Order: sequence, then C-alpha cells, then structure tokens
Amino acid sequence: MQLIQLLIDGVASGCIYGLVALGFVLIYKATETINFAQGDILMLGAFVAYSLIGILGMDYLTGFALTVLIIAVFGFFLDAVVVRQIIGQPAFATVMLTIGLGFIFRGFASIYWGTDIFSFSTPFSGKITEFNGLIISYVNLSIIVGTAVLMSVLYFFFTFSKIGVAMRASSENQLAAYYMGIPVKFIFSLIWSISAGVAAVAGVLLAPITLVDTSISLIGLKAFAAAVLGGFGSIPGAIVGGIIIGIVEQLCGTYENYLFEGVREISAYLVLILTLIIYPRGLFSDKAEVKKV
Amino acid sequence: MRFIFKTKYSQDINIAKHNGDRFWYSLLILIMVALPLVLDDFYLGEISYICILSIAGIGLMILSGYTGLASLGHAAFLGVGAYTHAFLLTNGIPFYASIPIVIIVSFLVGAAIGIPILRLTGMYLAIATLALGFIAEHVFIKWEHFTGGNRGLPVPQPEFLGMSFYDSVFFYYVCLVFLIAAMFAAINILRSPTGRAFVAIRDSEIAAQSLGVNLGLYKALSFAISGAFTGLAGALLAHYIGYLAPDIFNIFLSLTLLLLIVVGGMGSLHGTVFGAIFVGFLPQLIAICRDYLPSSIGSQPGLEPMLFGLILVFFILYEPLGIYGRWMKIKLFFELFPTYKRQTFKKQKVFTKSDRV
Repeated sequence: MQLIQLLIDGVASGCIYGLVALGFVLIYKATETINFAQGDILMLGAFVAYSLIGILGMDYLTGFALTVLIIAVFGFFLDAVVVRQIIGQPAFATVMLTIGLGFIFRGFASIYWGTDIFSFSTPFSGKITEFNGLIISYVNLSIIVGTAVLMSVLYFFFTFSKIGVAMRASSENQLAAYYMGIPVKFIFSLIWSISAGVAAVAGVLLAPITLVDTSISLIGLKAFAAAVLGGFGSIPGAIVGGIIIGIVEQLCGTYENYLFEGVREISAYLVLILTLIIYPRGLFSDKAEVKKV
Repeated sequence: MRFIFKTKYSQDINIAKHNGDRFWYSLLILIMVALPLVLDDFYLGEISYICILSIAGIGLMILSGYTGLASLGHAAFLGVGAYTHAFLLTNGIPFYASIPIVIIVSFLVGAAIGIPILRLTGMYLAIATLALGFIAEHVFIKWEHFTGGNRGLPVPQPEFLGMSFYDSVFFYYVCLVFLIAAMFAAINILRSPTGRAFVAIRDSEIAAQSLGVNLGLYKALSFAISGAFTGLAGALLAHYIGYLAPDIFNIFLSLTLLLLIVVGGMGSLHGTVFGAIFVGFLPQLIAICRDYLPSSIGSQPGLEPMLFGLILVFFILYEPLGIYGRWMKIKLFFELFPTYKRQTFKKQKVFTKSDRV
C-alpha cells in the first residue's frame, strides 16, 4: 500500500517533468535546437500566475488561461526575435544562447517579483481525498488530470488540425514543407509558443506544491533526464520518461537507507547518464537519432 | 600588411611568427614580471585570479574551442583539482609533489568521464556534462572523508621555495609562472599532430575519420587534457580561496567558464586571457553598474545573473568571435587602412546542419 502511495506521488511529480520535457521535445523535433531556458519559462509562468491570481485576485481558471496565453505569446516572440537569428550556427551557440536567455529570465524574475517565496490559493490547496486507505491530494490529482487533458488536446491538435499537420510536416522536412507552401518560420515560432505554453501549464500546476520562487527553474534540468529517457523526439516518450523519473525519485527518496545518502537529489541525473551510456536512443525513439563514434 | 615568406617547415610551426611577435610577447612578460613593483596587494590578488581563470579557460578552450565538444560541467574538474590538492597538502605532501599528482589525477578523471560519454555528440554531450557537473557537486558534498562535506575544507598554505602562499607577491609569481607554462604547453599540444587532430574533429568529424583520426581516442584525450589544465587551475584556486566549500563548484562556475571562452573568442588561446580579464573584472563592472542605476534596481541581487545572461546573448548574437575577434578586425582595419572590407568577417549564411539520419 505504501508502494502504491509512492507511485501516485511519483506519477504526479513525473507529470510535471514530462510536461517540461514535452516542451524540449516539441522544439527539438522541429528545429533541432534544445531550449535550455525551458525551466526558466516554467518559472515565468508560475510568477505570472502569481501576479494574476495572487495579486490581482483573478479567478483561478481565468488566471490559468491568461497565464498560458501570455507565456505562449512570449514564446512566439522569443523565437521570432531572438532565437531565429542563431539558426545555422553550431549547436554550441544555441546552447549558450538559451542558457543566457535563462539567466536573463531568472534575473528579471528576481528583480521584478523579488527573491521571496510566494504562493497563491488554488481550488485544490490543502484538500485530500481518501480512497481505500490511499491518501491522494487534490493538487496531485489536478496535475495528473491536467497533464492527461493537455496531452489529449495536443494529440488531437497534431493529428486533426491543419496547423498541427503543418507542424509535423515542417519537423519532418523543412524544405519539402516550404515547397508545399507552409510558412515554416511562422510555424516554428508557433511551436515555440506551444512549448512555452506547455511549460506555463506545468508551472501553474506545480505552484501549489513547490511554491513560487526562482529556484523552480531547476526543474528544467531534471526534465532533460525525462526527455532523454523517452528518446528526445517522441512526445509520448517525454511523458512516460517524466513519469519514470518521478517514480524513481520517489523510490530513491524512500529507500535512501538501502542505497546511499543523497541519492534522491541526483537520481534523475544518474538515470540520464546511464540512459545516455547504455541506451542513448531512449525508450520511444523510432529512429536512431544519436550518432555513435 | 606584413607578409611572411616561409621557406622552411620549421617556420610554419614556429611559435612566434616573426620578430615583432617575439618583441611584443617578451615585453608583455617583462611587464607582468615587473607589475608587483607598481601595484598593491589587492590588484595583485585580482591579477592572480585572472591568471587562474586563464588556465581553466585554456582547459575548456582546448575542449570546446578546438575540439568542438561542449562541456557544461567543467567546474567539476576545478573541484577535483582543488580538493585533491587540499587533501594532499593536508596529508603532508609538499607543494611541488602535489601539483603533478593533481594534474595526473584530473587527467585520469577526465579520461574516465570522457570515455563513456564521448559517444554522444552535440546537444546530448552538453546535457550529459551538465548532469555530471551536478553529480560531481553532490559527490563533493557527500564524500565527507575526502572533502569535509558542507563544513568545508581549509587549504593548508605550505612553504614553497622558502616563501609562503600568504605573500601575495609570491602567489602572483606562482600563478604567472603556471599560466606561462600552461600557455606554452597548450600551444605545443595544439601544433602537434594531436592538436591538429582536435581541430580536424571540430571542423568535420567525417573528414577527420576519413583521414585516419581515431575519433573516440582523440575525444577522450581532449577531455583528459582539458581536465588536466582545469585541475591545475583548481589547485591554484584552492590557494586563492583558502577554504573549500562544495557550493563553489556549482553550475554557475561552469557557466562562467563558458562565458569566459565565448567572450574571449572561441578557438583562440589569446581569447582565454581576454575572456579571463573580462570575467575577472565582471564583479567590479557590475558594482559600477549598480552605482549608475536607480537604487531600486541597483540593489537587487538578480542584477548579476541578468547582466551575465545579457552579455552572453549579446556576444553569441553580435560578436561570435569574441573580444579576440574584435581585436583581429581592428588590427586588420589598420593594416589594410583605406581598403578594409566589412565583408571579410561577415557571417556566412548557413543552413541548419542536421544530426538526423
């Protein structure tokens, strides 16, 4: 029973990793760049939600929707104005650029909102439900349900909507997409905005658990483990990878005595390194995308 | 414009290209040696720090600038060097014996880390080194027997050649000698077949492999050599800081090293020194900025990362060749005076290179 309880907590935190990893994967699939600032965008989302809900006193759902919208627009212009200039430079340049952007966001957040820890009330805060002796908090439930809803929305979007199909086409082959009359640059900016929006959703869902401060941007680094485990380039892989990382982290935390001290904090990174060494393709990759030497 | 007419191969691989070079670099070394006569202790300490940063920068430059492998966890090597050095000194090993051991240990650590993860390229390598940096930081915290954990580890300041490391003039000379030695070592590595292989790997892995470069071996070697330089810098840094705590060697330090080589200029050893000067004086620069900004913004702790990020983004977008690249442009402008063409250094339009198969 304790194990199931752990699994539920693990799945909930894993969903957050999965959502952030999903942001990486969307951008990587499309433009072959990795956005190291994904965690910082999540942080911005949480802060914007705090401003809207906590300070301006908006209704939770309205504030949620508005936050996602604001961050999505922000992501669109981030690509259109800054990141696009770097296309064609070595991978190293993109890595440095997005790291630099992450620092700017974090610095901005701590200047604008301050370095205190904030919280805002949600309809889920502090409520729990009991089921067969299992204690499930509403917050965890909201994360799991929110992820599931978002995933299905994205699934239908990418499968049935015209823009979604155009996005998949551009990811598959940029040049062919151009020839078919798809505005590839616009589509890429749109992908950045979806990715930022997903990060914002994760940020708002996470806010009741970790509270809001600048250190939550570190989630982005753990989400790398999720993305790599899922095979960087597969959308279901990102979520599954995230859930696995979340569960592993919970288990390592509980059974720390049998392993070694401090294993919980680095378990995600250990999984990441082991995946890269042993099975760099990841679980869900359909093609061998990692070159080997 | 000076044209060098080369008639012998030895001319081609000469360290100093012509007598002008020889003159200016000798003058620079003389000035550096004479500096303690004019500067006080505070500035000598700053310059020693810049020397240490330059050595670490050389390490990262060999890896990222010359072999083209990104590392986001290089603070780990600084940590390995610093902790090994402090541990050896605490156990009574003299300074002159400890430094070679530190270099060998960091070389081996570099090789040990390099061999498994160098099958990865590009982004994956960046992510893997990032994760390794985090793991190393945790090892420094948890391996208390060796590192003192969160309590920290005081660094003994032994006598060396009858002088104490507390003497800032002596410490300055130690750092300077190590910087010059490291510079010479790096120049020599880079003009040897090994260094040529590194550059070949950076420019095209496929071409390098076709010409018989063993990619795995040379990448691991690059990692190990880079680790050795950075470890040496770590040992000197241990003396500079005086008290080691695990949170010194965090991701921010790794990123500072990256900022150093990007600002200095990727792929040039000059760049490491320019970058180190820039990074070394960055805190002062930020302090000055604080004075000029309104106090509501100037007193914020977030200003530092923000400026850090802005500088990084600015250099990546507008000055990808760094300070050294700017210096080359200015030099060329005057050499070609009326006929300088802006296009000489213009970024070529390129398409995204795909890693996909």
